[in-house]
Amino acid sequence: MIGLILPAADFVAPKIEYTELMPMLVVFGAACVGVIAEAFLPRALRHVAQLAITVVAILAAGVLTGLLINDNKELIAAQGAIAVDGPALFTWMILLALTLISVLLFAERSLDGGLSAFASQAAAVPGSEAEREGTAARIEHTEIFPLTLFAVGGMMLFASANDLLVLFVALEVFSLPLYLLCGLARRRRLISQEAAMKYFLLGAFASAFLLFGIALLYGYAGTMSLGGIADTLGKNTGGETILLAGTGLVGVGLLFKVGAVPFHNWTPDVYQGAPTPVTGFMAACTKIAAFIGLMRVFYVALGGTRWDWAPMMWVVAILTMVVGSIVAITQTDVKRMLAYSSIAHAGFLLTAFVGLAQAGSGVHNGITSTQAVLFYLVSYGFSTIGAFAVITLVRDASGEATHLSRWAGLGKKSPLLAGIFAFFLLSFAGIPLTAGFTGKWAVFSAAWSGGAWPLVVVAVLSSLVAAFFYVRVIVLMFFSDLPADAPDVALPGWQTTTAVALGLAATVVLGLVPGPVLDLAARAGEFIR
Amino acid sequence: MSHELTWLLVAIPAVSAAILLLGGKATNKWGHLLGTAASLASFVCGVLLFVQMQGLHDEERSETVRLFEWFTVGNVKVDFTLLIDPLSILFVLLITGVGSLIHIYSIGYMEHDVRRRRFFAYLNLFVAAMLLLVLAADYLLVFVGWEGVGLASYLLIGFWQHKTSAAVAAKKAFVVNRVGDIGLSLAVMSMWGLFGSSAFASVNAGAEGMSSTWATLVGLMLLLAACGKSAQVPLQSWLLDAMEGPTPVSALIHAATMVTAGVYLVVRSHAIFEMSETASTAVVIVGTVTALAGAIIGTAKDDIKKALAGSTMSQIGYMMLAAGLGPAGYVFAIFHLITHGFFKANMFLGAGSVMHGMNDDVNMRHYGALRIPMKITFVTFAFGYLAILGIPPFAGFFSKDKIIEAAFAHNPVIGLCALLGAGITAFYMTRVMLMTFMGKKRWADDVHPHESPKVMTIPLIILAALSLGGGALYFAGHWIEHWLEPVVGVEEEHPPLPAIAMTAITLAVVAVGIVIAVAKYRRDIPREAPAGSPLTVLARRDLFGDALNEAVLMRPGQYLTRTLVWLDNRGVDGLVNGLAALFGGLSGRLRRFQTGFVRSYALSMVFGAAFVVVALLAVRLS
Repeated sequence: MIGLILPAADFVAPKIEYTELMPMLVVFGAACVGVIAEAFLPRALRHVAQLAITVVAILAAGVLTGLLINDNKELIAAQGAIAVDGPALFTWMILLALTLISVLLFAERSLDGGLSAFASQAAAVPGSEAEREGTAARIEHTEIFPLTLFAVGGMMLFASANDLLVLFVALEVFSLPLYLLCGLARRRRLISQEAAMKYFLLGAFASAFLLFGIALLYGYAGTMSLGGIADTLGKNTGGETILLAGTGLVGVGLLFKVGAVPFHNWTPDVYQGAPTPVTGFMAACTKIAAFIGLMRVFYVALGGTRWDWAPMMWVVAILTMVVGSIVAITQTDVKRMLAYSSIAHAGFLLTAFVGLAQAGSGVHNGITSTQAVLFYLVSYGFSTIGAFAVITLVRDASGEATHLSRWAGLGKKSPLLAGIFAFFLLSFAGIPLTAGFTGKWAVFSAAWSGGAWPLVVVAVLSSLVAAFFYVRVIVLMFFSDLPADAPDVALPGWQTTTAVALGLAATVVLGLVPGPVLDLAARAGEFIR
Repeated sequence: MSHELTWLLVAIPAVSAAILLLGGKATNKWGHLLGTAASLASFVCGVLLFVQMQGLHDEERSETVRLFEWFTVGNVKVDFTLLIDPLSILFVLLITGVGSLIHIYSIGYMEHDVRRRRFFAYLNLFVAAMLLLVLAADYLLVFVGWEGVGLASYLLIGFWQHKTSAAVAAKKAFVVNRVGDIGLSLAVMSMWGLFGSSAFASVNAGAEGMSSTWATLVGLMLLLAACGKSAQVPLQSWLLDAMEGPTPVSALIHAATMVTAGVYLVVRSHAIFEMSETASTAVVIVGTVTALAGAIIGTAKDDIKKALAGSTMSQIGYMMLAAGLGPAGYVFAIFHLITHGFFKANMFLGAGSVMHGMNDDVNMRHYGALRIPMKITFVTFAFGYLAILGIPPFAGFFSKDKIIEAAFAHNPVIGLCALLGAGITAFYMTRVMLMTFMGKKRWADDVHPHESPKVMTIPLIILAALSLGGGALYFAGHWIEHWLEPVVGVEEEHPPLPAIAMTAITLAVVAVGIVIAVAKYRRDIPREAPAGSPLTVLARRDLFGDALNEAVLMRPGQYLTRTLVWLDNRGVDGLVNGLAALFGGLSGRLRRFQTGFVRSYALSMVFGAAFVVVALLAVRLS
């Protein structure tokens, strides 16, 4: 039997830095626990138990991340696969905070007759007897909680992936749960399922681009590690065509997730169709993870060829801002409007991203691109989830009333709700004293100091166009007459109330005293390799 | 001196105003009492400070009280600092003393007004702002008080806002004052530029080194401010309309205190005016012109309050004139300001008392013979009358006589104008006296004139006593000269004639004025105003001040705004709407790419990917 024993020297157990990876491990572990709980717990207990598991896991992961930030940990963990650096930790923290708020929205059951926003049985044909029975039996898909945990774990991994293969795996880990979540709406199930289907097909398509790009980069560099690719760039080994093609295709995959034009088409359809809490979660968290992943790949691995990819990114940034802002003008659905607004915001973020690449990474005076992007993501994330949370509250007999015409005169019906929504819109528009203003100021000044002033000019003009459709909604809410058949404003449970309050508080505080968070973002420093 | 007393002076009425305004209806019952108590408390603080000051040497009597750092911008640092010195303490006593009397009077006067509590809140606000104005040790802080009294004045002129005329008058006062305020704000900014600070100490210290051009400019800016607040030509037009306010307001704000703020400003800025001959000459000219213009307007008004308002303008003109004379006149400007505060408040309150008995009728042609039903009002009014005429030993005699002497010493033409003004004053005041209290009764049958309640007559009596005895400030050993000398300096100027001769001439001119008035108004006075000579019409229409404003400022302004509106509608709106239409159209077209079909989305991604790769290669290959 001696032949079957492998020589001890051939196998070296990989070194895993458990302490540094613990936040992610907690999240993934809790997700697995959730799956088991789903299988073994009686139905009546599941909602509470799942919510508890999820919230505890997120809080625990948040505390662990906080400790790591406090210790200024920076290292490449898991044999070079995962970078635990300042930006990664900062991103983990935002992701966990925003996920916590989203989970509260997922758990809201007081808006729709004591049932959550998710379908009772996703497999039942819409409008069928089975569906009615499921609803009558008050069945719920409590799997949404473990799915969310998997998604957020994948996002955390995505934001810290230091290896293209890990990046791809992380992408799939967070995408697949999202596809599912999108299709689980209780109301308007057909459009929800259509959204899930579209998201899945296009996401798979984009993954294919990404994977092909990874293959090409591997072909050029002979390594998957971001640091390794960066080293090869410096050696000038020839085969630039493969490198550039790979860069382009990886870029396509990542820009798809960011929602940049011309890879944005999925966004409005999916945002509109998905259950609104999921839309909020996606709009905030996916954008954050995808953006940090994009920056890590392009700054760390491909920073050496920034003169090659910067012009392409300029064009993409301009297209994204302009198309996002302009198409939003004619939208008639609140959720679609916010989807285009999120596209425009991706464009604003891209200006900061491209700005630094232009100047090289040596901007010491003023705000660095990483800092600006991190801050912008925080402010945008909180406002976004808050805004979608408000949308869940405006309802009529058929569920949420998302058509803009239904929002006319809302300010007369519920001044508080309309006021809060107006505040979020003002933040999106970047009006001073809101978080959005500080965020815009940060990304624009980063882009400006990076020399990308034409981008800043386009960005400011786009903001102007964008302000139009934000303000239009405010005008609609406050200066139109309340129609007789106006939708009701549902009385939210503690979950949605908390979520809205947190989003509002963050938007106010970041607008009035942005200093501390800007400092934190500055302390996060740069990506390491 | 006590620091606490100094800031309490301002804080007490301010807090009281806040309580009355924020407390709402809950304070209706005792609001007027709190307001009066606050004013009296401030007065007590002022008196205590004054007494403390008596025990100090000249140089110790000026004290700055730094409360906190207000703000720092760049190199400019502004502290919230109060200055208590012989000049400001006189103002404090005048404001809180006369103010308290008027508060007490208002308890009776406003008794039947449902918004009496609000009235007292505004009065308190005014007192607080006025005290801040005179106690501030920094021009910027002066500006705060300046705007505060402007606000209080606006609120009180328009207090009976249900009357269109009151609302319009308030607006007019506000707008005209705004023109003057530009002067003060420009002056403050210039001071920051020149001295790096707007504190009195820095400005006084830096003024010596000013270029004469800057001294003239800053001086003229300050004069503009003074003209606005003190209703001097050319910004005089608002004061006559301001009489729409309740009469106690006219007495306190538009006669005794606020309108004299311009004089205070000029005297306080003596360091700057001494550096510029041009600026101080401008002050003298403005003062002289206003002294005459106000007097002329006063001769033709049938509205008792407007006649008194014209007189106020004229008297402030005298003060301005004196203030422009430099150290020779400062003391007399302030002296006249104080005596005027007494006798004019006295007469205004007297007029209020008359109106109170006459169903709020202000037309003197409907009065007559009121000496019989209103004895106290008549006697106290007569004291004010004798004081403003400058009949010895009433207060006005000492102060006005001194100004005329100083004017003659300065320039014979100015002196003659001042003398002429005294004659006209005698004329129109005698006219008011005759039309109101003498002759036969001309009031309608349903009017029953009666004496006002004690709460109104007691302040009248006190003010009448002050109108008589106020001159003691001077004749008691030139006290006021010595008192103010450390702040503004004193300079003896010798008139071309001996003082006794000057006094005799002045009294003779006054006598002529009285005689003409008696000759003209001894006979029966028609209830309706006769057409009058062109000169009378000129005076009735405020020397065409409003017509001038309308022609020079209002009409061109209206044309300008109309043109701008037209441009806005055609040009700007066209551009904006065109742009909006452009973006809307673009949006409508771009949205068509969003077909809803996954296949077309995938296709656009393929094109996008192709673009990305081609762009990358193109950059490298180019």
